[in-house]
Amino acid sequence: MIIIEAILILFMLVAAVATSLFRDLISAVVTCAAVSLLASLLFYLLDAPDVAMAEAAIGAGLTTAMFVVAVRKTKRHEE
Amino acid sequence: MRKAVALLLVLVVGAGFYVVLANIPFGVDKADVANHYVRNGARETGAVNIVTAIVVAYRGFDTLGEVTVLFIAAVGVGAVLLPASRPAAEEKTEASLIVRTGSRVLFPFIILLGAYILVHGHLTPGGGFQGGAVIASGFLLLYLAWPGQGAARKAFSAVESLSGLAFVAVGILGIVYGVGFLGNFLPLGVRNELLSAGVIPIIYVAIGLKVGAELAGVVGHLMERP
Repeated sequence: MIIIEAILILFMLVAAVATSLFRDLISAVVTCAAVSLLASLLFYLLDAPDVAMAEAAIGAGLTTAMFVVAVRKTKRHEE
Repeated sequence: MRKAVALLLVLVVGAGFYVVLANIPFGVDKADVANHYVRNGARETGAVNIVTAIVVAYRGFDTLGEVTVLFIAAVGVGAVLLPASRPAAEEKTEASLIVRTGSRVLFPFIILLGAYILVHGHLTPGGGFQGGAVIASGFLLLYLAWPGQGAARKAFSAVESLSGLAFVAVGILGIVYGVGFLGNFLPLGVRNELLSAGVIPIIYVAIGLKVGAELAGVVGHLMERP
C-alpha cells in the first residue's frame, strides 16, 4: 500500500511542477486538475472518503471548469 | 536575481513547514476529544458516519459559519460578475451533438447521485457539501451543453435562501425545545436507518441544497458573462 501512495505522490509532484512550467494555460489547468484527482485518490487510500469526495467534485470538477472558462475569456498563453 | 530570491523564499517557507510538521506526532492518541468522538459519537448523535456526527452535531455552529463564508463568496462573485443586461447568447456556438446527448442522458443520474450522497450523509461517507458539489457539477454539464440558455438564476437564489433559512430555523427550534442552538430535539431512532440521527438529516439536506444552488449559481455567473 505504501508503494501505491508513494507512486501517487510522485505523480502529484510531477503534475504540480508541470503546472507551474507550462506556458499554455489550458495545459496548466489540466495538470492542476490531475493534481486534485490524484490527491482525491490519495485521500481515499488514507481512509478519508468524505474528503476524497469533496476533493474530486470541487477540486477536479468545478474548479477546473471555472479555470477553463476564465482562460477562454482571457488569454490562452502566458507571456 | 528574481529567480534566486524566489528560490530562497521557497526554501525558507519549506524549512518553516518542515520544522512545524516534524514536531507533530502523527498517528498518536493525543486529543481526548477525538477519542470521545470515536467512542461515543454514534451513541450520542445516532449518526453512524462519525465525520457527519462531528460536522453537524458536535461542530454544528462551525458548519453554520462555513456555510456563511460560502454564501459571502457566492455573493461576491455575483457582485463582481454582474450579469450583463443584454443576453450573452448571441455569438455563442452550440455544443456538439455528443455533448448535448451525453448531458441529456447523464444529468438525471448525476443529480440522483448528489441527492443520494446528501440524504445519506449520516450513514455513508459524504454529506451536504459533497452532494451539493455533485449537484452543481450536473448543472455545469447543462451549461456546457447549452451555453446560450439563460439559467434559472432566480430559482437558484430562492433555493439557496430558503435552505439557509431552514438551517437557521432548525437551529432556533433547538433553543425553543431547550437543547440549545442547533441541538437535537428529535428522537434518535434506530441506528443505520435513513430516518435516524434526529435533526442531522434535515440540516444536511438544507446544507446540500444550499451548497448546490450556490455553486451552480457561481458557475452560471461565470459561464454567462460575455
